[in-house]
Amino acid sequence: MSEQNKKTAIDLNNLKAGGFIKERGKDLFTVRLRVPGGRLPVERLKKIAEVAEKYGQGAVHLSVRQSVELININFKDFDAVVAELGEGDQRVASCGARIRVPTACGGCEYNPNGLVDTQASALEVDRTLFGTPTGHHKFKVGFAGCPFDCPKSAINDVGFQGAVLPELHAGDCIGCGLCAKTCSDGALVMGDDQMPHFNPEKCTWCGDCLKVCPTEAWQAAKRGYTVRIGGKWGRYPLVGTLFATFLPENQVEAFISEVLAWYVEKGTGRGRVRLGDLIIQEGPESLLARLRTKFPESVVDATIAPQIINTQVGTRRIPQ
Amino acid sequence: MNVIDLRGVTCPTNFVKAKLALELVETGEQVEFLLDDGEPVKNVPRSLKAEGHKLLGLKEVEGHYVLTLEKGAE
Ligand code: HEM
Ligand code: SF4
Ligand code: SF4
Ligand code: SF4
Repeated sequence: MSEQNKKTAIDLNNLKAGGFIKERGKDLFTVRLRVPGGRLPVERLKKIAEVAEKYGQGAVHLSVRQSVELININFKDFDAVVAELGEGDQRVASCGARIRVPTACGGCEYNPNGLVDTQASALEVDRTLFGTPTGHHKFKVGFAGCPFDCPKSAINDVGFQGAVLPELHAGDCIGCGLCAKTCSDGALVMGDDQMPHFNPEKCTWCGDCLKVCPTEAWQAAKRGYTVRIGGKWGRYPLVGTLFATFLPENQVEAFISEVLAWYVEKGTGRGRVRLGDLIIQEGPESLLARLRTKFPESVVDATIAPQIINTQVGTRRIPQ
Repeated sequence: MNVIDLRGVTCPTNFVKAKLALELVETGEQVEFLLDDGEPVKNVPRSLKAEGHKLLGLKEVEGHYVLTLEKGAE
């Protein structure tokens, strides 16, 4: 064999889980890196910069799902890129019909609004479920620390939003009215008795009342995640709907696994169907009932199918 | 009592001004902040509480709010 047409040797195992995306240019690929929750220790960032400088062409791209993408990488360098990133404990992400790298905001760690440890949740899901094949379509998970929901949790297949249920310890209240003034949702009104009156129908579980009360008269009766299922974006977007409230943080992985089991089972034989479309076809009760057997404390009594967003362009396929 | 007028100052400048003003106050002393309705009265008290000051009360006076607090330890 002559020198010019020497065969390129590449470890195809590196490509199995995806994370390598063909670019326009000949031989060039994007390598999508695994950055759960968008958190990147500086040491890993330095290693990424080093590899990008050596094998790329001067830039990286930050994806909308918090990945660092090495761009303009020659496919012949795959093995070296994977190996050198590995020295800095940096792994490649996934593509295709799998559980993707979870996204998360900063959560309660340093953010004044955060109610739960979204970073811990994202790391746990990344560690335990990342790359799991679904057999049907991609599967995205995201965590928001509070109902502000900067990460847009409800457009994930399973989206988590931090929540607390406030409970008044009336004996500690000094009647200052700060909580009622702080509540954005009209769930607290000061009564003639100089005490706040709570309307649970209006509460979004944001915890602002707990944070402002000078005497800690508001306490958390429950804390956990509000869980919405069946969201996606793309050509025909869906917003996920409510399946669970105050899901304890330590049940997140088990909950996702149960949703996945339903999806794998019900989607079999139906082609490349996304979770939200499958819920529309099957009706939400089937998934709700399955989740209720395992998570009776958290699963809601009733829900609605994922909500279709009218993009006004194209014709949404009616799921069969 | 110290009165610090933060009316007409938006977030987060009002909070930073409140912090600077509190640097000139002794621990345990009481201070009144005048705050606009809306975002300021929602956000400034909570942030000051998170900084370790003791909120004492809030009252509405002629279209704005008066927040009373006791300065916490440095
Ligand atoms: C004290 C108040 C607030 C704080 C501290 C705060 C903090 C943050 C932070 C840290 C992020 C970035 C999250 C991440 O990507 O990891 C963010 C993004 C975002 N925030 Fe807030 N936020 C506040 C108020 C609000 C309000 C009032 C709204 C809407 C009414 C809002 C809507 C959003 C949205 C939509 C994003 C995503 C922006 C994007 O798509 O790039 N936030 N916020
Ligand atoms: S969702 Fe809440 S906790 Fe997360 S970044 Fe937004 S405001 Fe902060
Ligand atoms: S948790 Fe939020 S919405 Fe509910 S009462 Fe408290 S401040 Fe209002
Ligand atoms: S903020 Fe606390 S002390 Fe003030 S009225 Fe509300 S519950 Fe009572």
